[in-house]
Amino acid sequence: MKLISIQNCYKIYKNGVTAIADLSVEIDKGEFVFIIGSTGCGKSTLIKMLYREERPTKGNINIGGINVAKLRNSKVYKLRRKLGIVFQDFKLLPKLTVYENVAFALESIGMKDKDIRPKVIEALDKVGLKDRIRSYPRELSGGEQQRVCIARAIVNEPKILICDEPTGNLDPTTSKEIMDILDKLNKEYETTVVMVTHDKDIVNRMKKRVISLDNGVLVSDAKKGSYKVHENV
Amino acid sequence: MKMFRYLKRGLRDSFKSVFRNFSLSVAAVACSIITLILVAVSIIVSYNVDSITKTLESELTIVVYLKKDVPDEQIENLKSSFVKMKNVEEVEFKDNEEWKLEMKEYSETYSTTLDYLEENPLLDSFIVKVKDVNYLKETTDAIREFEYVESANYGEGMAENLISAFSIIEKVTIFIVLALVFVTAFLISNTIKLTIFSRRNEIEIMRLVGTSNSTIKLPFVFEGFILGFLGSIIPILITIYGYVLLYDHFNGYILSPIITLVKPFNFVIYVSVILLVIGCVIGMFGSYRAVRKYLKI
Repeated sequence: MKLISIQNCYKIYKNGVTAIADLSVEIDKGEFVFIIGSTGCGKSTLIKMLYREERPTKGNINIGGINVAKLRNSKVYKLRRKLGIVFQDFKLLPKLTVYENVAFALESIGMKDKDIRPKVIEALDKVGLKDRIRSYPRELSGGEQQRVCIARAIVNEPKILICDEPTGNLDPTTSKEIMDILDKLNKEYETTVVMVTHDKDIVNRMKKRVISLDNGVLVSDAKKGSYKVHENV
Repeated sequence: MKMFRYLKRGLRDSFKSVFRNFSLSVAAVACSIITLILVAVSIIVSYNVDSITKTLESELTIVVYLKKDVPDEQIENLKSSFVKMKNVEEVEFKDNEEWKLEMKEYSETYSTTLDYLEENPLLDSFIVKVKDVNYLKETTDAIREFEYVESANYGEGMAENLISAFSIIEKVTIFIVLALVFVTAFLISNTIKLTIFSRRNEIEIMRLVGTSNSTIKLPFVFEGFILGFLGSIIPILITIYGYVLLYDHFNGYILSPIITLVKPFNFVIYVSVILLVIGCVIGMFGSYRAVRKYLKI
């Protein structure tokens, strides 16, 4: 059984827009996958369905043994505890320090205070922010804020890291730093990374599996793909 | 253990939120203070009116005068047939001698007049108590139909009007209490909605990192509880001290000794408990309702 398996998935919004049509994709444990495509191609819908912010209209999505398509609203937390989610806009709490922001994720799932501390320090160490734990988000640069967001996503040691355009708001140099961190997490800790992006440079440089969508339809799925190739298809 | 940690953090967060959104909390507490005071006043008024009505009702009797020289066995017959009537609670025989004594006590003039008369001019009578005052008139009419009954009367007019007025007052105050409870719930719900609105990012992140819905709700429900609790303190103090003061001021009755107020203890304690429960339940219910909307991310 693959870690993520999407079978004949459809998503039709209430206003009649078909965001995803007959999509079938499987992602194995430890993979690093880019999802690319132009604006409105359905890549955001796809990734939102992975963490059950959207439900598929038809078809099945199975993540680590959880049937996401049939998951009730009150049980969503069970899925989310297996996932780490990184956002384009970071979604950090401005009134909490870096440490508190990361600890917040563990606190709110009911972990003991004395277990939280070493885990938070470890996660911040992985993203290279160990010396900024007392800073507030507004005192950090965009790249640093994104690293806090990654630390928060990985602090619970999820099997899957879902990244929704994590470099969308960052300059090329900072983007590269973020990608290095994600690559390291993927290689050293075998975290499966699913990343939505439309940054050509990143996709071309990383040489990872690339799934490209167009109008909600799977256009290509290449093992070591690049952005350009798929644009021409 | 895990449950305990959730409770601890929920409580901590709710206290934090009450103080962080201080002005909003003050507004909510002020609203509930005002409404709960009105609720307290309404409860006190309606309870007192109810108690006065009950005393008045129990005082209301039909006085049945018998014709002159009714034989003793007929008196017994009459009594037993009165007792059998549906609406009759109690029948008491009062002969003319008793009336005479009572009237002599009542005033000097009566006393001397009655002494001049050799024969007792007064009539024997029955004092009839009824079960339901609303059928007082019907019962009196039925009694008038009996043989040997000279007349049957009750405090027609005034007493009846008073009771019907009181029953209207009682209904109105109950309605006001219910309306106020509803308004308070709505106000607290709205206030919590505002504090939730200012924390919606936090809720969103909690949802995204895998916090269960009940854990997210907990601090908000606590917050509602705290607001309701704080809002009921002042009304409770006002009820206790205010009512005792009022009772002492009026010496326990208004206008005439028949319209007595309810004794302050344990009455004020009951009212306080009711206020506290209303405040807390409304607060919790309001916040529960408010937070539900934000849990559909």
